Amino acid sequence: MSDVNLKIDVHHVTRVEGHGNIVVNMKNGVLEKCNLEIVEPPRYFEAMLRGRNWREAHIITSRICGICSIGHVTASVSATEAALNLKLSEQDTMLRRLILHGETLQSHVLHVYFLVAPDLLKVPSVFPLIPTHKDVVLRALRMKNNANLMCDLLAGRTIHPIAVVPGGYTLLPTREKLLKIKQMLTDIMVPDALATLETLKALAPALPNFSRETEYIGLQNDDEYAFYAGDIASTDTGRTSPANYRKMTNEYLVEYSTSKRCKANRGSLMVGALARFNINSKKLHPLATKVAGELGLKAPCYNPFMNNVAQFVECVHTVEDSLMIIDKLLEMGIEQKPAPIEIDFNGGGTGVGAVEVPRGILYHEYTYNNKGQITDANCIIPTGQNLANIEDDMKALVMEMVGAGKPEAEISFTLEMLLRAYDPCISCSVHMLDVEFVK
Amino acid sequence: MKPKVGFFDFTGCEGCQLAIVNLENEMLDLVGLVDIVNFREAISDKGQDYDIACIEGGISTPTCVERINEIRSKAKVLITLGSCSSIGGINSIRNDQPMDDVRRAVYGENLYWYPSIPALPVSAVVKVDYEIPGCPLDEDEFLRVLRAILQGKTPDIPKYPVCVECKRKENICVYELGQFCMGPVTRAGCDARCPTSQHYCYGCRGLVPDPNTNAEKTVLENYGLSVPETLKKFSLFDNAMEGWK
Repeated sequence: MSDVNLKIDVHHVTRVEGHGNIVVNMKNGVLEKCNLEIVEPPRYFEAMLRGRNWREAHIITSRICGICSIGHVTASVSATEAALNLKLSEQDTMLRRLILHGETLQSHVLHVYFLVAPDLLKVPSVFPLIPTHKDVVLRALRMKNNANLMCDLLAGRTIHPIAVVPGGYTLLPTREKLLKIKQMLTDIMVPDALATLETLKALAPALPNFSRETEYIGLQNDDEYAFYAGDIASTDTGRTSPANYRKMTNEYLVEYSTSKRCKANRGSLMVGALARFNINSKKLHPLATKVAGELGLKAPCYNPFMNNVAQFVECVHTVEDSLMIIDKLLEMGIEQKPAPIEIDFNGGGTGVGAVEVPRGILYHEYTYNNKGQITDANCIIPTGQNLANIEDDMKALVMEMVGAGKPEAEISFTLEMLLRAYDPCISCSVHMLDVEFVK
Repeated sequence: MKPKVGFFDFTGCEGCQLAIVNLENEMLDLVGLVDIVNFREAISDKGQDYDIACIEGGISTPTCVERINEIRSKAKVLITLGSCSSIGGINSIRNDQPMDDVRRAVYGENLYWYPSIPALPVSAVVKVDYEIPGCPLDEDEFLRVLRAILQGKTPDIPKYPVCVECKRKENICVYELGQFCMGPVTRAGCDARCPTSQHYCYGCRGLVPDPNTNAEKTVLENYGLSVPETLKKFSLFDNAMEGWK
């Protein structure tokens, strides 16, 4: 038996809309505790939704998370549309895909540049990089700024979007706005993405080489690298309808975490960019496929740290896909037909919205009564689905590093990096750390 | 010496801090004017010493109460960012339901594992010097308020309704589009962003001081809209206020 003792307590590391701690206890080489504790105050959204009408649900659920508010609104209106049998036009469906791309872009850029790159360069934040890597910092700001601008133009506001409502849009973007986005993507995003590729080629070798196979879950459809619609696909059991989402999540509680956890066909599962890549990589557009190859990302990939690389590959894909969507919309012409204000509730009903947001698959399910008011609601967020998997990775990583005789400080730092790789929200960024060792 | 500014988040969605991170270019100017000593969303350095405390998110657990008292005791100036910390915001919707029902709806039989109190704005617990409402906060307004404070002036938050800004932008009135709207009684400062997207104003910035509630009710009735259903909408963001009940 080994005589290794570890007592790691990283307080307020990561956040699921808030605060979390990493606690690791090892005694004589035996791992007694390896927990990711989520201590964020409960929000009670499911209770807040009760009795609210069909045009308010997404206004409320948008406030689950300011960072992925477009994703929450999209999942919310999809659930309402499914429950109340509201059909979306082809044009409005394409615009939904486009605005989701805008959010994925801004979120991934923020994560890769602001949260991961400082780790790889061993600095505490992006700010110390201003004197030494000014062009890179300015590029990061420019990419983020333009992705936000794309969402502003499409939905009236990036954080808590305005124009996206059940049944479509309150106001549709004009041809001029679409042309402006197209120009921004072509003139700024494409060259900046290619420059980012060179930066990442230099940084990616610093990502830890760690591998643990798990169950990967993401949306899948026959037409595209799925973000907006599709079946739920598992690398263990294949495809199933979004209506069966509870079988793919099986939420449960642990006392040390205010965030619920999930499992599907084994003890834990992974959602997010790497899971999507493992499921859908054959449907990536050409430039994204090339970028994945140049960065050494191949499906199936079992290294969670490569999630960062998969996010960048998705950035390139969403830029390519957005340009294709915009060209098609410009060809079709935008019809200014706003969403209905009054609808027939047909006795109400239940519907599920399943959407890929930056951190993984997001589910909203609502039941409406015959007055269009919510009687029951359920929201399952990606970070909750990843928590058990992060813990399983932590355990494997600790054992591996202890076996290799790594010092406690390095183990602790690598555990924080692992959490960041999962991108549990910018605010859950782990970039505000109290690292405390108790011997 | 540059004043030290700390950002702290309580119960909320982090959207207000993200709005500030999204200032990008202005962010670099801001770094020149103040020392940001605590800002989890952007930096990993953590300072414990600050002059100005910016608070995002509302109060919702016993721990929140302890933390806000501690921050207040250290800060010379305390500013609330956004609706959760300023007026209660979305969090306070649940205050209408019995606490145990709310907890059971999410955590089932384990409802008592996670301590909770009714959702409150910061001013219900400690003295607040300046409130910047909005969901999310308007980043330009944040810069205006911060600049005023740094210059020793009193920041100016509008006391007139959203309709004033909406008219100035020559928008079509959303009542004419068949929707109800809270613009006539909601505090301006957002540049009428929702009505500009032809979406009704849902009152995220809270009521104007002395709202003309009777006139609003008359408008609703004139357009054939239901007052009780609308009253419920007023409880979306401003449930801590009693003006409508």
